Amino acid sequence: MRLEINDIHVYYGKIEAIKGISVVVNQGEIVTLIGANGAGKTTTLKTVSGLRKVSSGQIIFDGQDISNLPAHERVEIGISQVPEGRGIFPGMTVLENLEIGKYFRKNRASEMSEDLDRVFTLFPRLKERISQAGGTLSGGEQQMLAIGRALMARPKVLLLDEPSMGLAPMMIQNIFNIITEINKSGTTILLVEQNAQQALQRAHRAYILETGNVVKEAKASDLLNDPAVRAAYLGTGAEHAV
Amino acid sequence: MNFSVVGSQFFPLLINGLALGFIYVLVSVGYTMVYGVLRLINFANSEIFMLGTFATAIVSTSVFKFNQNSQPSHGMKLFIVLLCCLLASMATSGVVAVFVELIAYRRLRTKGANRLGSLISAIGTSITLSEGVRILTHSIPVASPRVLSKFYVFKIHGVGLRIDQLLTIASGLLLFIAVDRFVTKTRMGKAIRAVSMSEENSKLMGINLNRVISLTFLIGGLVTGAAAFMYMTVYEQTVFNVGFNIGLAAFTAAVLGGIGNLRGAFYGGLALGLAEEYFSALLGSQWKEITVFVVLVLVLLVKPNGLFGEAVQQTRV
Repeated sequence: MRLEINDIHVYYGKIEAIKGISVVVNQGEIVTLIGANGAGKTTTLKTVSGLRKVSSGQIIFDGQDISNLPAHERVEIGISQVPEGRGIFPGMTVLENLEIGKYFRKNRASEMSEDLDRVFTLFPRLKERISQAGGTLSGGEQQMLAIGRALMARPKVLLLDEPSMGLAPMMIQNIFNIITEINKSGTTILLVEQNAQQALQRAHRAYILETGNVVKEAKASDLLNDPAVRAAYLGTGAEHAV
Repeated sequence: MNFSVVGSQFFPLLINGLALGFIYVLVSVGYTMVYGVLRLINFANSEIFMLGTFATAIVSTSVFKFNQNSQPSHGMKLFIVLLCCLLASMATSGVVAVFVELIAYRRLRTKGANRLGSLISAIGTSITLSEGVRILTHSIPVASPRVLSKFYVFKIHGVGLRIDQLLTIASGLLLFIAVDRFVTKTRMGKAIRAVSMSEENSKLMGINLNRVISLTFLIGGLVTGAAAFMYMTVYEQTVFNVGFNIGLAAFTAAVLGGIGNLRGAFYGGLALGLAEEYFSALLGSQWKEITVFVVLVLVLLVKPNGLFGEAVQQTRV
């Protein structure tokens, strides 16, 4: 698995949201994109999953240019996105939400139970709520469901958009522990986060985005100790840390 | 006002209302399913219905050579004729619905046109289809010969259930249950529900949006076509603008139940069918069509989200 974002430009109407971003994600890594609101983190992720189109530049996945592949076909080759705000189907049960995560892999009943077991091992809470409507879950449970649903597709690379958003501190720890665990079991992760402290602690490498550009790329641990980065993205020390 | 009519005719009106109601239910399903996935009122659905009625008329007269003087059929032949008419209506309406989406809506959608553009395209498609049929038929109503002799299945104290009404009610109920189960239980049905809740998140599940939208139009068209067949067995005549009143009523039924909500279409359709029958008995049959408008205006005034509108976000389609 190797994901290469190669000098992409993305427009919303006439506004250029991404002005030439290049990012590389290698097999087994957790790579994080951090930066302020409007820096282009979410747009970059959506461009990788195919929800946004590049106007120039390429997305290369395993040596193949997928820039023009429709979003639903990118899921099939191993790219799954957990959207910002979780994107749970509110009127569907927890089980239905998980099942639809495997939508494109039809007629594979044995795989289904295997993958459900895997998700329920990671998130025992979801098993307890299996027949509850997705919309009635708490924020943390919805995030678990969103991650579990993405895992059902057996992704090679998992794109996570703000998994900590709106969660209580305990739950944030919990979710990040599971993200680390998922990564250790072999899934590569591209993580977009406002919570830079957590993201840098968990990631191997990081890119800092500002107004549609990459302004810095480094090992996550180096950025964590970089005074300029601490001042700009981590507040005045431990305040924002969770 | 003649209240005694409603009292003495309560059961006959109930049966008429249910038969009419189930036709509305099925046509409403056509509106509500498309609205569920695209948030678009497919005004051409009334013409999809109209073309379905012509399919039954053409099959019975041209393929099976029925005319106004021929005797109704019996036994196996009757079954085959009715089945062929039903399938012809469903296929015609289903195929037309899929093509309407491909030609009139898809490009607008992929080019990012706003909803008003699609709405105008819907109205344009509706007019084109009905005017096309007007030219072909010279505005002359087309009668469908009586294939099914209309005997009473049973009669108690003067209250009878005719075979065509029984067929309409029974097959309407069965079809509705089939669609409801398809949408809630099957893999493709779940994809339709997912798209109705969020287009973008559905794509992230690997769902091919265009395919799901075509499927939705196909199902809506098939069900509307079945309603057209039932309409022809009960009323035995069609005309280029037959879809106008039925379409308006079915749209009202969908709004009454909460548009986008499948079960809302069921209750809305039955409620409107019954309301039409009872109010026209009470006030005179000239008020029948007005009932539809009054109901539509009242729903929009009092409960714009419809009877099941509260839960729409949860249970769409």
